[in-house]
Amino acid sequence: MPVHKMVGLALRYLLLIWIAMIFIFPILFMVVSSLKPDLQLLMDSSSLRAFLPVGDISFNNYTSAFDRAPIFFFIFNSVMITGITIVCSLFLCSLSAFSFVFLTWKGKGVVFAIILATFIVPFETIAIPLLLIVNNLPWIGLEGFKTSWINSYHVQIIPFIADALTIFLFVQYFRDLPKDLVEASRIDGATWFQVYRRVIIPLSGPIVATAAILKFLMMYNNQLLWPIMVVQEETYRPVMLGLQYFFQLNTQWGEIMAYLTIITIPVLLFYLVLQKAFIASIASTGIKG
Amino acid sequence: MGHVSLKSLNKFYGDLEVIPNLDLEIPEGSFTVLVGPSGCGKSTILRLIAGLEEVTKGEILIDGNDVTYLEPSQRKIAMVFQSYALYPHMTVAENIGFGLTLAKLPKNDIRKRVLEAAKILQLEDLLERKPKALSGGQRQRVAIGRAITRNPKVFLFDEPLSNLDASLRGQMRVELTELHSQIKATMIYVTHDQVEAMTMADQIVVLNEGNIEQVGNPMELYEFPQTLFVARFIGSPKMNIFQGKVAAKYQCQTLGVRPEHMEISHDGGILKGSIRHIEKLGADTLIYSQISGYDTVTARIIGKLEMNIGDPINLKFSDNHVHRFNDGIRIDS
Ligand SMILES: Nc1ncnc2c1ncn2[C@@H]1O[C@H](COP(=O)(O)OP(=O)(O)O)[C@@H](O)[C@H]1O
Ligand SMILES: [Mg+2]
Repeated sequence: MPVHKMVGLALRYLLLIWIAMIFIFPILFMVVSSLKPDLQLLMDSSSLRAFLPVGDISFNNYTSAFDRAPIFFFIFNSVMITGITIVCSLFLCSLSAFSFVFLTWKGKGVVFAIILATFIVPFETIAIPLLLIVNNLPWIGLEGFKTSWINSYHVQIIPFIADALTIFLFVQYFRDLPKDLVEASRIDGATWFQVYRRVIIPLSGPIVATAAILKFLMMYNNQLLWPIMVVQEETYRPVMLGLQYFFQLNTQWGEIMAYLTIITIPVLLFYLVLQKAFIASIASTGIKG
Repeated sequence: MGHVSLKSLNKFYGDLEVIPNLDLEIPEGSFTVLVGPSGCGKSTILRLIAGLEEVTKGEILIDGNDVTYLEPSQRKIAMVFQSYALYPHMTVAENIGFGLTLAKLPKNDIRKRVLEAAKILQLEDLLERKPKALSGGQRQRVAIGRAITRNPKVFLFDEPLSNLDASLRGQMRVELTELHSQIKATMIYVTHDQVEAMTMADQIVVLNEGNIEQVGNPMELYEFPQTLFVARFIGSPKMNIFQGKVAAKYQCQTLGVRPEHMEISHDGGILKGSIRHIEKLGADTLIYSQISGYDTVTARIIGKLEMNIGDPINLKFSDNHVHRFNDGIRIDS
């Protein structure tokens, strides 16, 4: 290999390593710190030792974190809220995208434009009006009739099911699918729902996986502002609010790091599982080819 | 079973009028080919019959029943798409049987009918494969199989052979014609290729900008083209067209003579020029000559020819084989 090529390659790798480190170091710092007692953690944080599991290493932070907060309980809440939202969102958003792409109805273009416009409205802007709405909405659930959605799971789920990004992703993907397939299945006698269910969705593996991952990240990581506003009872609170346990009298940094490490595990699991499904679905449908 | 009537059919796409006003009878059991240049509205007509597009005005009858506003699946039609439109995630058997599955037929019946269709089309060994593991010709057969199992009154084909290579296309032409005589349903076939039209049809409909130029069987169209458009469109190589002095001699604006009716004249014909190009096809020879005052004139000569490019040539034709047109319409003598 000529020298200038080798230099180029080396530079490329250096750049990649540098980028990888930018992403990895915060995580490394989190995991390593979770193994150290607070005193050492604070001292190490001014040197490279912050990223090395050296000194007084133990799982003490984990045991005390578990003692301090009902961690599994928070994880259960978060996973449940996020999971139900994802399932409902994938279903409803893909269904509405289907109608935007394949059905003809009056005002379709206008409605789609309005949905896209909601893209640019940050959640913080609508949080207060939304609070006023859900505060006065009736609900019939397992516990009977209630006059407000405050303090519940569904108040953390329903407002987040439909979102412009997910609809937009599905619309883009559906537009690229061959229209002939839809027409062929209409001639074969499929109802519109059957076209959706038996032809379009089976070919949509990659976009379902992508949308699910994005939705998971949007939900799991952002359960902060809204739950504080609408959920006073601990029973319904998600992981992010569990952090409060560690910011009392004096802040327990080691335990916080342990807690953060634990609640990151579901994210990694979810990502790994979906990545497998993603690759498998591309390989099995093979629309192009 | 399967008589199709189109009555005063009119179709706009937005502001674009694609089919101005079309009346057409397609006899039951016929193999009718809609042929015309690309963009003339052939696919649109087929999709109107299928119910994939809504008519703007007019009626569509199948066996006397008004189907104009019925769903595609209720019209007793089946369609084979240019792209084949096979479901990529289903096996060949599932593709062929999809309509029956949707109709909730018992599994055994589905299996039986899929096997029947597979047998007709020689697909028995491929039933468990996915479409992407098939060749173009095999995909084509699966698409036809899917149509057959629906047991339709009318088959609709939209340029089904245009994605195949030339030799396979020839073979599929024969197979489709045989299929037609075997199952005897009405077939409506769209193509821009006049050779396909001539070889397969028992009724040809020549279309031009959404209007019918002529309807008839292949030989009628070839021997008695009613319009200049049909004369130019049907036949390969194309008919020679003369205007001016030559046409005036026959008391018409435009005169058409097919290449096989041109002859080499040794005693000074009316068309003098020189040879531009020669195609030796074996049994016969095509001579393209530059005639002064006209476009290239094509002559088809039986047998071999001892002439070279650049040689002077004189051409003539007999009065019995001329087609005369005024304002684009045939005038019969
Ligand atoms: N969905 C559509 N929207 C607007 N114009 C269309 C549509 N489909 C076809 N056209 C136009 O209608 C004309 C006829 O199209 P088509 O029936 O597909 O022609 P052909 O099949 O004979 O090539 C063309 O000018 C085409 O651009
Ligand atoms: Mg077409």
